[in-house]
Formats: sequence, structure tokens, C-alpha cells
Amino acid sequence: MNQDIFVLVEHLRGQVADITYVALAQAQSLAVETGGKVIAVLFGGNAVELSKNLAADMVLHVESPVLAEYTCDAYASALTGLIKEKSPRAVLMGDTTMGAEVAGVLSARLGMPLISNCVSIKGGKFSAKICGGKMMVEGELPAEPVLVAMVPGGFRVEQGQAAKAPEIKTSPVPDLSGVRVAFKQYVEPEGGDIDITTQKILVGVGRGLQNGDNLELAEELAEALGGAVCASRPVVDQGWLPTTRLVGKSGKAIKPKLYLALGISGAPEHTETITGSEMIIAVNTDPAAPIFDLAKYGAEVDMLDLMPALSEAVRKAKGG
Amino acid sequence: MKIVVPVQLVPDLVEELVVDKSGKALDLDTVRWIISEPDDHAIEQAILMKEKSGGEVIILAPDFEGVDDVLFAAAAKGADRLVKITGDFESGLNAHALARALQPLVKDMNPDLVLTGVQTHNGLDGPIGALLAEYLQMPYIGYVSGVSVQGNKALISKDYPGGLKAEMEVSLPAVLGVSSAESAPRYVPISKIRMVMKTSKVEEQDAGDLDLSGAAVVTRMSPPESAERATMITGKVDDVAAKIVAIIQEQGLL
Ligand SMILES: Cc1cc2nc3c(=O)[nH]c(=O)nc-3n(C[C@H](O)[C@H](O)[C@H](O)COP(=O)(O)OP(=O)(O)OC[C@H]3O[C@@H](n4cnc5c(N)ncnc54)[C@H](O)[C@@H]3O)c2cc1C
Ligand SMILES: Nc1ncnc2c1ncn2[C@@H]1O[C@H](COP(=O)(O)O)[C@@H](O)[C@H]1O
Repeated sequence: MNQDIFVLVEHLRGQVADITYVALAQAQSLAVETGGKVIAVLFGGNAVELSKNLAADMVLHVESPVLAEYTCDAYASALTGLIKEKSPRAVLMGDTTMGAEVAGVLSARLGMPLISNCVSIKGGKFSAKICGGKMMVEGELPAEPVLVAMVPGGFRVEQGQAAKAPEIKTSPVPDLSGVRVAFKQYVEPEGGDIDITTQKILVGVGRGLQNGDNLELAEELAEALGGAVCASRPVVDQGWLPTTRLVGKSGKAIKPKLYLALGISGAPEHTETITGSEMIIAVNTDPAAPIFDLAKYGAEVDMLDLMPALSEAVRKAKGG
Repeated sequence: MKIVVPVQLVPDLVEELVVDKSGKALDLDTVRWIISEPDDHAIEQAILMKEKSGGEVIILAPDFEGVDDVLFAAAAKGADRLVKITGDFESGLNAHALARALQPLVKDMNPDLVLTGVQTHNGLDGPIGALLAEYLQMPYIGYVSGVSVQGNKALISKDYPGGLKAEMEVSLPAVLGVSSAESAPRYVPISKIRMVMKTSKVEEQDAGDLDLSGAAVVTRMSPPESAERATMITGKVDDVAAKIVAIIQEQGLL
């Protein structure tokens, strides 16, 4: 084992994922502790373009038609070769639609311990967020080479960005003939709906809505406020609102002036994309709901009672 | 088509979560166990596929409090076999240990597909599906929201942020981590579950000695300390509404 820190660069359609910069920032701080280098590992894509602002000492680039688009199978194979060859101290990636699965496969394949949901590693200790953001756990960073799947929160994106492009080193193409998954095509989300990313006022509804019929109350409130309704995952999974209205890790990032979060617990998958909101007001019957950690104001009342009362109060205020 | 669906129970986050005396884990006496939500979607996806093209659906779950209810509910939806994995889980179970325990059981079943939830909210050592796939030497795709089988291949719809999806083709057998089924998990009335309880049986398989390696050791667990907590607006609903309006006005948004 040497003391270098690998960071898997996650990119989709020519864009590096924010979490990659967060992981690079973590890697920089970890490398200071270990005395190693930060090495960004980039598969496929336009290496010059994608690595121009990565805060890394070096970029290891591997190019192959099989790596042109992400599949877990191909990425895990390519990364297996590099880890075996260079034996880094730690391999960081995002706990995302890409990193989470690559990390799992590699942990089983290489016998490397895996820390997922990791917020930060400092002074030989990791901290991670679990149970929908309701619990933090801490522990010693294992002494052997380790895989880490990062979530946002410990470092800012800008901390993982550099003004100067790192040196790019091209690594030989590994044998990828055994890859069992083939990328076919991207399918765009359905269009035609309002764009929640540009709304000034958003009324977000979560599982607290209880029933699709209650959506009317939220629509009425949004209309009174001159905003739109968006939702957490369970609401979309139930088919009460289309995916275009989904806020979160698998949905969209929002940055309204006002986000009224109603009956939303504040799971990390939701909250990681609402931090751009200027003001969050949360309504939740559970005083321990993590959403209250992010909100400026909160109220512990039933959203089903509040929505009609608030619509009425807003209309009055506007009329008077 | 044989579909194996390993599922897990997780703490219900609606209940208050209490840290035990060790300061390292949840107080199990206070936890209410429910099926992990993505696992519920995995069951639904398996049932949808069985309804479309026939086959057998086998549900596997470690023996946590309430597991029988979870298994019988799956049977009421249409699952064919229910398997409870018994073992000493009191001193902890992690994804690596469970995946290792599942590997020989699933291998013996010789499935065409393994569908499981893409993650559990309390996991600290990766997704069970990815680990199990590798232990079984099968390919893995996670964040799956659609599956269609064509011969010895499956066309998978994988979710990316923003509603973007990727279509991928995978050779079978494969392990898939489901994030959402093609339609929302169906509701089964308690009466139907009760009826199924009379006719279905739960098989038991022993997990053997658990190998917990692969996960980091937790030395402390605590609720997050937040720098700032929301200022709480108190009073009756109408008072709260009036105060919220005042805040919005102050922001110049009304
Ligand atoms: C791979 C993956 C990706 C995900 N991506 C996303 C994503 O993009 N976006 C997303 O939102 N989630 C996502 N999730 C799901 C996420 O983990 C949470 O499960 C989800 O955000 C919870 O939604 P919720 O807050 O509405 O529901 P819950 O967590 O069930 O919370 C409901 C809240 O409503 C409160 N409540 C109940 N009744 C009332 C009432 N009458 N009045 C007021 N409050 C009430 C409860 O106290 C509770 O806090 C993802 C999960 C996975 C596994
Ligand atoms: N993560 C876990 N670690 C240990 N035990 C668990 C866990 N999850 C569930 N259990 C089970 O929770 C049950 C609670 O105890 P009891 O109420 O006696 O059934 C025990 O059977 C444990 O096996």
C-alpha cells in the first residue's frame, strides 16, 4: 500500500458530478494526513475538458469504447486493475447512482472495507449519516486500504476545484472483454411541465400529504402564493405528481426564494438539493424531523389543517 | 423465470430513535422494524414481472422482529416461496455479512434474476445487491426503475438525477438494485394477509456463522448536532398561518 488517495471522477454527458469535487476536497485533506498524492481516476470522455478544474495532483485517464458511457461492470473492472497495480491508501467516490454500486462490487471483489454515507474523514476518524439523516455515526478509519462512498455535507464543491488543470497521464486499456452490461441509450425525462428549478416560491409536499386527493390543498396554496407544487420521492412514487416535480438526489435541485416544506422529513436524499433555497419554512408533526435543522422557521402542526388556513390567510393578506 | 428477492427490515423512522447504553447502536428495544422501502419496490417489481410472463418469486429475509408479517404480505401479493434466514443477529448484522450469508442460499436456487432494494437507510457498508452480485459472480445494476426480459438478457432502465434514465442491457443471471418499481407497491388488506397466513409456510434457512468483515467499526452514534435549529412558530393553526404570512411579507414575497 502507498499513501495516495484515488478519487473516481463521475461524469454524465460531459459534466463532472458535484460530488466528485466534494470527494476531491476530502481527498486533499486526507492526503495531507497520509502524506500521499490525490489521483483522480477518469474513465472515458474528453479528458482535457473534464479534468480542467479537478483539484488533483494527477489525473489517470483510461480510454476505451467500453468506458464511453458508465456501467458498473466496466468501471469496476477498470478500477480493479488500477487499484491492484497502484494500491492506494483509499479510493473515494460518490455515494451515488454510479459510485455506490462500484464501491459495493469492489469491496466484495478486493476484500477492501467500505464506508458508505460518509460525510467526512478527519484525524483518522470517519463520520457518516444514516437513518434518513436522524443519526450520525463515527468510527476509526480502517488501517488497510479502504473504499469510501461520500455524501455531501462535509466539504463544499469549490474546495475540490482548482484554477490550474492537473497533469493527465494515460493509463493502458485493461482487458474489458468480460463486461456483461452494455449501455444502450439515454431516455430524456418527459417535458412540457413547469420547471421547478426556476420557481420563486415552491410548496413541497411529502408523505405527510397522506393521500393524492389532498394534493388539491397544496395546489390551492401554491396558487395563492404565486408558486408551484413540488414533492419528495414517496409522493412521486405513488404517482400523485410527475417526476418533473421531484426534488432531491434522483430529482432536481431547487433554489427558490421560499421553500415551504410540508410533511417532508428531511432525508439527505431530499435535502442535498434544497440548500440553495433562500428561506425554508418546514411544517411537520414530528419535532425531531431533520428538516428542522435546515429550515429557518418551523411549525409542529398538521399540514392538512395548515394548508387551507394558510391559503386563506395569504388571500386575505393580498386582498387587504 | 425464477426471481429471488432478498429483503431486509429497517427501523421505522417515524418512531423516535434512541441510542443504547453503549452509545454505538440503536436501542433495539425501542425500534419498530418495517420493510425497507426500496425492498418493497423490489417485491412489487418481481410480482409485476410474474404477472406479465409467469415464473416463480422467492422472498428471502433475515429473521428480525416482524419478519413473518413482511413475508406473508409478500405472499398475499403473489410471492410463491417465503424463506426466513435465521441466525444470531443480536450482536449486529451488516450488508457484507448478510450478502455472504445469502450467497450460497441464492446460488442453490439458481435464479434468472435477483431483485433487491437499491439501499437501506441504516446501511453503513454499501448496498447488499452490489455485494451479493459480486459474491455470486453476477453483474450488478442499481437504481433500477424498469426491467424487461428478452431471452437470456434483460433491458434495464436505470435512474440518473433529474429524471434522466439510461437503458442498459445485461446478460442473465444478474442482480438488480431496485429504486422504484414500474408502479407503486400495491396495498394488500390485512384480511387477505390473514388468509394467506393459513395456507403459506415460511421455510427457514440458517445463516451460519456471520462474517462481519468489510464494514468499519462504529465507535459512536448520536443524533446530528445542528448548528442552527429552526425557530419554531407556535400556536393554533390559524396563528401559525398568520405568522407565516407575516414572515413571507417581511421577505417581500407577498
Ligand atoms: C436511491 C434513492 C434515491 C432517492 N432520491 C430521492 C429524491 O430525489 N428525493 C426525495 O425526496 N427522496 C429521495 N429518496 C427517498 C428518501 O430517502 C426518503 O425516503 C424520502 O425523501 C422521504 O420522503 P418524505 O419526507 O416525504 O417521507 P417521510 O420520510 O416518510 O416523512 C414524512 C414526514 O411527514 C410528517 N408528517 C406526517 N403526517 C403529517 C401531517 N399531517 N402534517 C405534517 N407533517 C406530517 C412526518 O412526521 C414525517 O416527518 C431516495 C431514496 C433512494 C433509496
Ligand atoms: N441490526 C440489528 N442488529 C441486531 N439485531 C437486530 C437488528 N435488527 C433486528 N434485530 C432483531 O431485533 C429483534 C429484537 O428483539 P426481540 O424483540 O427480542 O425480537 C431481535 O430478534 C434481533 O435479532
